[in-house]
Amino acid sequence: MGAVALVAALSVVAASGAGTTSSSRASLASKIQPPKVPNAAAIKKKYGGQTITFIGDSVGNGHVRDTNLATRFTKDTGIKVNVVPHPAASDAAYADLVRAFSQKSSSIDVAMIDVVWPGAFAPYLVNLKPKLGKQAKMHAAGIIAADTVGGKLVAMPWFGDFGLLYYRKDLLKKYGYKAPPKTWNDLFKMAQKIQTGERKSNPNFSGFVFQGNAYEGLTCDALEWIASAGGGHYIDGGKVTIGNAKAIQILNAMAKQIGKITPRGVTSYQEDQTEHAFTSGDAAFARNWPYQYGISNAAGSKVRGKFSVAPLPHGTKGNSVATVGGWQLAVSKFSKHQGASVEFVRYMTSKAVEKYDAIFNSNVPTIPALAKDKQVVKTNPYLKPATANTPRVARPSKFLKTHYNEASKAIYQGINQILNGSSASSVVPQIKSKLQQILKEG
Amino acid sequence: MSTVATPASAPRRRRRRTTLQRRQSRLAWLLLIPALAVVAFVAAYPLGKTVYQSFTNQEFLAGLNPTKWVGLLNYRVLYHDQFFRDSVVLTVKFTVITVAFEFVLGLIIALVVNSKFKGRGAMRAVMLVPWAIPTVIAAKIWQWMLDDTFGVVNDILMRLHIISHPHAWISDPTWSLASVCAVDIWKTTPFVALLLLAGLQVIPRDLYEAAGVDGANALQQFWRITLPLLRPAILVTLIFRTLDALRVFDVFYVFFGQRTDMQTMATLTQSTIINDGHVGYGAAMSVAIFLIIALFVVIYVTVSRVTED
Amino acid sequence: MTTAAEAARRPADRPVSRAIRLKKSPLGRVLLKVPFWLLIAAIFVYALFPFYWALRSAFMPAGELFNTPIQYIPHNPTFENFRQVWNAPFFRRSLLNSVIVAGSVTLISLAIGSVAAYALGRFRFRGRAPVMYLMLSMTIFPQIAILGALYTMISNFHLYNKLGALILTYLIFTLPFTVWVLTSFMRQLPGDLEEAAYVDGATPLQVFYKVLLPLIAPGLVTTGLLAFIAAWNEYLYAVSFIQTPNHYTVPLAITNFTGPSGSAFQVPWGQIMAATVIVTLPLIVITLILQRRILAGLTAGAVKG
Repeated sequence: MGAVALVAALSVVAASGAGTTSSSRASLASKIQPPKVPNAAAIKKKYGGQTITFIGDSVGNGHVRDTNLATRFTKDTGIKVNVVPHPAASDAAYADLVRAFSQKSSSIDVAMIDVVWPGAFAPYLVNLKPKLGKQAKMHAAGIIAADTVGGKLVAMPWFGDFGLLYYRKDLLKKYGYKAPPKTWNDLFKMAQKIQTGERKSNPNFSGFVFQGNAYEGLTCDALEWIASAGGGHYIDGGKVTIGNAKAIQILNAMAKQIGKITPRGVTSYQEDQTEHAFTSGDAAFARNWPYQYGISNAAGSKVRGKFSVAPLPHGTKGNSVATVGGWQLAVSKFSKHQGASVEFVRYMTSKAVEKYDAIFNSNVPTIPALAKDKQVVKTNPYLKPATANTPRVARPSKFLKTHYNEASKAIYQGINQILNGSSASSVVPQIKSKLQQILKEG
Repeated sequence: MSTVATPASAPRRRRRRTTLQRRQSRLAWLLLIPALAVVAFVAAYPLGKTVYQSFTNQEFLAGLNPTKWVGLLNYRVLYHDQFFRDSVVLTVKFTVITVAFEFVLGLIIALVVNSKFKGRGAMRAVMLVPWAIPTVIAAKIWQWMLDDTFGVVNDILMRLHIISHPHAWISDPTWSLASVCAVDIWKTTPFVALLLLAGLQVIPRDLYEAAGVDGANALQQFWRITLPLLRPAILVTLIFRTLDALRVFDVFYVFFGQRTDMQTMATLTQSTIINDGHVGYGAAMSVAIFLIIALFVVIYVTVSRVTED
Repeated sequence: MTTAAEAARRPADRPVSRAIRLKKSPLGRVLLKVPFWLLIAAIFVYALFPFYWALRSAFMPAGELFNTPIQYIPHNPTFENFRQVWNAPFFRRSLLNSVIVAGSVTLISLAIGSVAAYALGRFRFRGRAPVMYLMLSMTIFPQIAILGALYTMISNFHLYNKLGALILTYLIFTLPFTVWVLTSFMRQLPGDLEEAAYVDGATPLQVFYKVLLPLIAPGLVTTGLLAFIAAWNEYLYAVSFIQTPNHYTVPLAITNFTGPSGSAFQVPWGQIMAATVIVTLPLIVITLILQRRILAGLTAGAVKG
């Protein structure tokens, strides 16, 4: 029987960063309360008594956070919020929204959408620029750009997520390295030396682990390789750029390392397997989202206190970048309570609430100023300036709109083939022509 | 279970009376109303809509583009679609391998369990365990067991010195199909064994005893007594297993996701409709898959009729 | 093929072959038993090992699950995973929901299916074969293909997010199999069974209810169990038609477990394994209890071909 997203649910694609609560973090999380709604009286006067439906985070702590905030919002403004958790699986959540929008249903007022979905849903979403444009300026420019389609701000950033390099500082020290690698070649060299040394006592050890499976996560990882090597962002300015020499070069370099410093099975890895490898002490370097930090640092983890994070390496002539992940909040055009919905979004994406999110559920805030808040940094140690300020790169969903999934599939299928042994110079032109074909379809 | 519509043996008296036959016919149709109503209500509309959609260019997120009738365009494109062809080939390969293995292993297990020994009941219950676990969870467990770093299969094989280094059973294209077949065989052999066991148990024991006294050895007894009498059960088992194998989805989806070279007919259709959003094209694919599977049914029906004598 | 009677008439002084003599000797009996028991052991291990793996993982602390070297027996066994699963807000409710859905689907399939099987198995009329193949064709269509149209139907009938949506749509795959198996059971029964009842003045429905149905009871058990398990484990329609946690069925509940970090990326293996054990054990127990009935049911259904 079909079990489509059951599997995807057990290995989710979209980002929604979080971390474990260690003892001090747990006490912080338990003490914090949802903040007051600013301007509550005015809002109550205008929209009090209305009911809106919010498709929020999936069941679990995220859902608890949503209900806490919704309860506070209702208390202060009199607007009732019906919180419905979306399916844990990304493609099931996507399909749900598509069905609701294509049937012009008014059953959804506010929805939580992935960072690559604004392009697809733009025709069905309310332009938030008039009412929330000012507040939007607080948020990371890169994410705002991803949420702006055709001049309209169709979604407000809510959680951010970005790629990090996790590294074992104890092993770096042991093998005489003073700092994490700056270039990919440095990483390959360091990983090889550490792996050779560690394999003597631990045959399961690998130098580097990342997400290599044929799924959306690979599009994220590969974007970091290519963009950091000066190879563009798959599509730049509406034109397909993946065919350039630098992109092919870095893909070949990565493919050569499969089975050498990475496990041969890394081409089936998603975030979960990457995290397992690193947390059980079987990897020197790992590329993953911020959520791994808390898990790897939890009591009982073999690498607790032994690791740190750094910006990902870059090509010989390039800059470190981090792919943007995370979730946004959007208001449906078919909502019968657009005013109340916008006020809810305003509250949820405010600085105070993002701080609450960061501490209560270890979500990555999208407001750069929060990276300076002591309490936030305590619960999210990866927000130190070195990593928090890494330039963000976004996947080209803006250009691909409703065809983003199909285009991304062409990308990750092709790159997975390359990692599994096919030559980049024959696969990349195929990816290029498929992307061009999709762009032409409009 | 009959795949051929052979009539039931009706009492002789009824054959001579046509009015009674008409009454019978009417009554039969009346009795069929609930089932046919369900078919019409729950299945006919969706199936009909799917066929209709296959003649349009409908998209999941149509946006501003209207859906229009495109006739046989989807089918023409499908005919030249290399991905679709590859998926058909892979699915058929998978079907042949798994059904063959499951049949042989299932028969061996059935023969073993059929002989009298203590603990036979427990044995039968144990056989059912793989069948009772939800398919996707079973696939996830196996994916974990086959992992190249944490997998217990590599661990055991290395301890037994059967392999010298861990293999990436799922990632490595050499082993990918084998690994997915292994899981399916594990999951469904018990079901095959059960069906064959049921067939074995109806064969009278004294046939074997008499043959044994005559000097026939075990192998001869197998060929001349067991197999012929087991034929009906074998046919039934084969067709249901084949139909299920041709529709395989879960294990491939868990193991390979969207990997280009490991798409089955079902996973490709799902990807086309949900991921790419091509509802019309996906519908055409579904109709094509339906026809391919129906072809297998026709083959079985023909073969079973032909070999009946 | 000699019958037992003929064999008995055979001269008693016919030499027994060497093979038979060896088989009957004490040494022979032992030698034959060893490979036999090895085979039994191999079958046991082959069928049960993954389930054992799930079991041992369910009893391990989540943080240790992926430690190398692999622990075959948990070093620090714990009930934590089971506790978390049992206390997950929607898990127990989902067990109830699944029982309602699977139970209803099974009962409806059996009711409708047995009546249809009566018609298809005990009556001669034109259109019998087409109806049988119509039923079969319902199951050949890929589930994903008809999902969109079903969704439209479900929302038009205001069944979205209700268990009724699942009960209705699951009939698509339970009814055909039920009809086919029960039809073959009906056909196997002796042809003149109804005659005696008709002579006594029974109506066709009474014949069905009082005479035929009890006789195909093993078939009802078999198809009932198959339908129940199919409905119990179904996921795609469940995730597409059910929205709120209080209506989740068991597969939905399991996929919505979250790991200790709360992140959607972390797969809560310990809980999933614990849930698998909790959910599979009753099925195994029921199967154990009913396995004699199942085998009898499959016997009658399969042999006729």
